[in-house]
Amino acid sequence: MFDLLGIPPQVLMGQLLLGLINGSFYAVLSLGLAVIFGLLNIINFSHGAQYMLGAFVAWMLLEYLGINYWWALILVPVVVGATGVVLEKLALRRLYHLDHLYGLLLTFGVALIIQGLFRNYYGISGLPYQIPSQLSGGQNLGFMFLPNYRAWVVVASVIVCFGTWFVIEKTRLGAYLRAATENPTLVGAFGINVPLMIMLTYGFGVALAGFAGVLAAPIYSVNPNMGADLIIVVFAVVVIGGMGSIMGAIVTGFGLGVVEGLTKVFYPAGSAVVIFVIMAIVLMIKPEGLFGRNA
Amino acid sequence: MSVSDIQATENERRPATVGMSKLHMAIFAVLFIVLAVLPMLVYPVFAMKVMCFALFAAAFNLLLGFGGLLSFGHAAYFGGASYVAAHASKVWGWTPEASILVGTAAAALLGLAIGALAIRRQGIYFAMVTLAFAQMVYFFALQAEFTGGEDGIQSVPRGELFGLFPVNSNEALYYLVLAVTFGGILFLYRIVHSPFGQVLKAIRENEPRAISLGYRVNRYKLLVFMLSAGFAGLAGATKSQVFQLASLTDVHWSMSGEVVLMTLLGGVGTIFGPLMGATIVVTMQNYLASMGAWVTVIQGVIFVLGVLLFREGVVGVISRWIKRPL
Repeated sequence: MFDLLGIPPQVLMGQLLLGLINGSFYAVLSLGLAVIFGLLNIINFSHGAQYMLGAFVAWMLLEYLGINYWWALILVPVVVGATGVVLEKLALRRLYHLDHLYGLLLTFGVALIIQGLFRNYYGISGLPYQIPSQLSGGQNLGFMFLPNYRAWVVVASVIVCFGTWFVIEKTRLGAYLRAATENPTLVGAFGINVPLMIMLTYGFGVALAGFAGVLAAPIYSVNPNMGADLIIVVFAVVVIGGMGSIMGAIVTGFGLGVVEGLTKVFYPAGSAVVIFVIMAIVLMIKPEGLFGRNA
Repeated sequence: MSVSDIQATENERRPATVGMSKLHMAIFAVLFIVLAVLPMLVYPVFAMKVMCFALFAAAFNLLLGFGGLLSFGHAAYFGGASYVAAHASKVWGWTPEASILVGTAAAALLGLAIGALAIRRQGIYFAMVTLAFAQMVYFFALQAEFTGGEDGIQSVPRGELFGLFPVNSNEALYYLVLAVTFGGILFLYRIVHSPFGQVLKAIRENEPRAISLGYRVNRYKLLVFMLSAGFAGLAGATKSQVFQLASLTDVHWSMSGEVVLMTLLGGVGTIFGPLMGATIVVTMQNYLASMGAWVTVIQGVIFVLGVLLFREGVVGVISRWIKRPL
């Protein structure tokens, strides 16, 4: 077998796969942030908590109601998205006329509430969630062992990301959405219910976070802090990519996951901060972000 | 805007630009007297904690309330300075005032570096950039040798002020902390009411206009960021001497959130709001400490209610009632 700079290929491929999986989560989460930001102009600070909520709801469905992973994959985004709709209707809606920073502060408070509640009732030790039987085991590819579930996470994320991209960029509904991003008043004048659209968009962005949570549940242990640190990395991903384009968020998410995986191979100590370092470099060279349209 | 309006604005502005208003002077005087006798009434360590956080919140408010910049990573400067000061006291054997100064300087330098990058983006992005860099500082504190990882730097000696006066007892240290934090807050007051502070407000209100008037906006933003980081560092360094400890709690993102909460609750852009907010939050944490994660939930609820219903903050509301800036 070939060796690359003294790194055995199994290690390299293993870390690349891990990077790709992290990248899947970065992509789905930053996509959700970008969709919400596009229409609402707020940064959804509770995105990490809503991702955690997704994992917990999946766990509860299995534990209390015996509903399996595949149903959870459909039900959880609906449930978590519904909580988002309620949040938008009760609270966020009242802040649109104010400085957008208030939206950030409000959702930060919401994140504290959700995380605090789950810490109270479930502790911080983490709960196990079984990989569904259809996806247990793995494939021996000769140069490495590929666990089926991990391959599924990457495939599922890619499908969801491109599905979202397709809806927003290529359908009539997406066209309304993009138009409302540019000029909500004018779109409203054409008889489209813009407040409803904003509400559902927020719900959809939050549902994406919930979906990522279900995907994550069998890989990472389900615990109340799982979203808190992740979301800060996703913020850095969003700053690097810029939130101007849907495709930009997806590409940056996967790309940075892979870069992080490679860093783990070649310079393990730097893997925790490599994304922040890239953010610093991007801010110096292209402050509006790689795919950003304006600063 | 008519001429009379401009005249009215000018009249409103004048007292603020010429020295300290009588009302503010009176409040500071009362505050000082209360603080001077406070150790006889409450546990001095608690009072010192409140004072450190009051300075931290006031430093943060300089940036948000007067510079209009929301940093979500101020824990980096607060906690960073606390690590440097604790290290200087414990490993290098420096005296308290020297440790506090080197911690403050380190925070100001860190603020200069991060600020130079962060001011390249605005609004929401600015908040995310500062948060991300603060997380980088957190990871550094978690992994570096000198910070002691999960343990932090423990049993930091309090030493002797200027190498002469021992400040080992809580009572002696109290008056050092009082001098440092009160001095720091007065200094911040002076900055806000200086010509520099006026330019800051102009930038906050209308950045393109400030640029068109010939101000180099980015230099002002960078300087206020560095000052805010430095004073946050002063608060953190002092806190490390009080608790004889520097730990990951001080650099964690939840600390950045807490200082936002204090400022929001007290009143963003007011002089006394951050002091009030810090007092309320620290007191609340003190009494609710036994409730574990419920404290987080309560803080979250206060955040949500504060943003929805109470954006002026406690001092902001009082200020509106008495129709005087506080």
